Amino acid sequence: MSTILQSLQMMVERGLPTTILLTLGLLGMGLLMGYPIAFLQVYGPRPVRWFCHGYEQVFRGIPAIVLILLFHSGLSRTFGILLPAFASGLLALGLRSSAYQSQIFRGAIQSVSEGQMQAARSVGMSKLQAIRHIILPQAFRLSIPPWTNEYSSVLKDTSLASAIGVHELMKQTTLIYTRVQFTRGVEWILVILILVALIYWVLTFVGNTALGYLEKRTRIPGFETKGQVDR
Amino acid sequence: MDSRQRHTLGEVVLRVENVHKTYGDNHVLRGVSLQMRRGETKVIIGPSGTGKSTLLRCINQLTMPEEGHVWLSDCEITSPKEDINCARAKIGFVFQSFNLFTHLTALSNVRIAPMKVSKMSKPEATKLAMMELERVGLADKADAYPAELSGGQQQRVSIARALAMSPQLILFDEPTSALDPELIGEVLAVMIALARDGMTMLAVTHEMGFARAVADEIIFMEGGGILEQGPPEDLVRNPKHARTGEFLNKITELYGE
Amino acid sequence: MGFFEFLGDLLPKLLQATLVTLQLTAGSIALGFVVGIFLSLGRVYGPAPVRWLTGGYIAFFRGTPLLTQLLLVYFGLPPYLAMIGIRISPMVAAVIGLGLNSAAYQAEYFRGAVQSIESGQMMAARSIGLSRLKAIRHVILPQALRLVIPSWSNELIYSIKYSSLAYFLTGIRELMFVGRKEALHTANTFQVYLVVAAIYLAIVLIVSRLLATLEKRTRVPGLGIGSGQADRRR
Repeated sequence: MSTILQSLQMMVERGLPTTILLTLGLLGMGLLMGYPIAFLQVYGPRPVRWFCHGYEQVFRGIPAIVLILLFHSGLSRTFGILLPAFASGLLALGLRSSAYQSQIFRGAIQSVSEGQMQAARSVGMSKLQAIRHIILPQAFRLSIPPWTNEYSSVLKDTSLASAIGVHELMKQTTLIYTRVQFTRGVEWILVILILVALIYWVLTFVGNTALGYLEKRTRIPGFETKGQVDR
Repeated sequence: MDSRQRHTLGEVVLRVENVHKTYGDNHVLRGVSLQMRRGETKVIIGPSGTGKSTLLRCINQLTMPEEGHVWLSDCEITSPKEDINCARAKIGFVFQSFNLFTHLTALSNVRIAPMKVSKMSKPEATKLAMMELERVGLADKADAYPAELSGGQQQRVSIARALAMSPQLILFDEPTSALDPELIGEVLAVMIALARDGMTMLAVTHEMGFARAVADEIIFMEGGGILEQGPPEDLVRNPKHARTGEFLNKITELYGE
Repeated sequence: MGFFEFLGDLLPKLLQATLVTLQLTAGSIALGFVVGIFLSLGRVYGPAPVRWLTGGYIAFFRGTPLLTQLLLVYFGLPPYLAMIGIRISPMVAAVIGLGLNSAAYQAEYFRGAVQSIESGQMMAARSIGLSRLKAIRHVILPQALRLVIPSWSNELIYSIKYSSLAYFLTGIRELMFVGRKEALHTANTFQVYLVVAAIYLAIVLIVSRLLATLEKRTRVPGLGIGSGQADRRR
């Protein structure tokens, strides 16, 4: 029993902060980069749209682990650029998240009905004003549910950073069970892994609840957040 | 029930000359021209697909015509030099599907354009917006969101939204076609009151009761062009074309009155 | 080393590894499909305890990282399996881990498809005398299977990418693992990874194209799924 408690304590103290930090960092990076790309992909000139489309395809089509290793061991061994593991992980996974988030936001922008833009232009707003005051506020609200998914995905992605030595939950866990299998026996590996699974599950739950709260707070009375019908 | 007013007609507010619009193979508008004076109300009728909505959208430039010119008072709005946003601010547009901004209350819907386009201060714009909402009879719904309002109420708010910019003329694109029958009356009442107050209005609609009450002229469009136009009684009693008479009979059958 | 020499040396090894990747993908998605259908039917039509259990399964496999799950199957389970005399190869462990994970997602997609079939279909089936089981088999399933194609295609793409996690389990010579080995043998590490990335990308794009054509072919007029129920994941 004490093994369980001790392991939990170590996971929480040594692995959890990094996992949380990395998750938040990835979400933030994905947001900052993804939203402009979505915006450009909907409203930009054709070559820009092509570029954004390509960006999305590339960073969604390549497995996360490949990107992580590319940015860490690839950069350091070939070009001598040695990034700290956390930074490589952040960069690689952040680019991925930005591609997914841009897709989310693009979907949201496109599902705001065309009539809204027409009405905004018809009272004399410029395209930019219409986007800023009418389209974007609505698109933001529409994007919250899929963004909740993205949070969950990003959280799970952080586990891959253990491959390059980032000391997050999974890395800490493997350290624990590699030791425990000798002190307590190989059957304990399962137990340790279930423990960390529980921690991840709790993190997912907490995050989803928080985002659910956000969705409630920003809800427009009477307005369905799942695709509105303009009539 | 011919109570069409003969108000004093003012200067020419809108001039549309020879507008053409093609969608793919479909030559929707074939050289349409018309003119509106201040205070006039005109109603456009015709079978669906004849380009009535397209014509309205060409006037406020939501759609760009391939050929033709549109003048608003003295200003040619089809010329590329003109700031189209400025022109649109002076033309009001009421949509068939209302298109109220779903994330804003009724009050915010009405005051957003005066604030962001005409650069009014918030208190001023709010006062103006409340005035317009009262005008359409919805001052008590100022804080309601569009999804909380009935169709008729939403449409009235959208009229208030158009009015808030003090437009030189208002275009109506089948304003009551999306409404349940019981709600049509309240919207038409607002439109009739506007016409009697001297607003210049161009409406695409089937509501002949409205036309007979306040229209100075009915325009019958078919096949992308204007087949006939004239004062309501003339068109109803002595249509020059058989098609006009046929069509008028059909909508009277369907829509009554 | 010239560019083409470089590629000529690298590609055969990588392509051979790609075959393993494809095997992993095929195995995991097939396992996921079979388990997923049972899970979702249990969720929709089963009695309360069954619904609970399947719900728990799905929550677990969707709420925890795939890496954790793979390590569980590869390192955590074998000691217990050994107690009952079962030994599994690394490949089998990987397929099981990936497959059970995929099952949870496929179960949700399938559930969405089943639930979006109007209740009228089931009512009509019962009213002509079909038992519940027969109705599910002959009326609901065929429709649900068509509705689920877009989500399933999605899942296939993800399976291709997730097979790369088998890299963490030693002994499976799939693309990522072999790629890493090659990358660490040369100073051109970056380029090697680039090629690996390109191969994954190529597979994903080709498969997407193929699936899109398949979707078009199997489309039935009037049958379409509403706004994506699919739980998007990476």
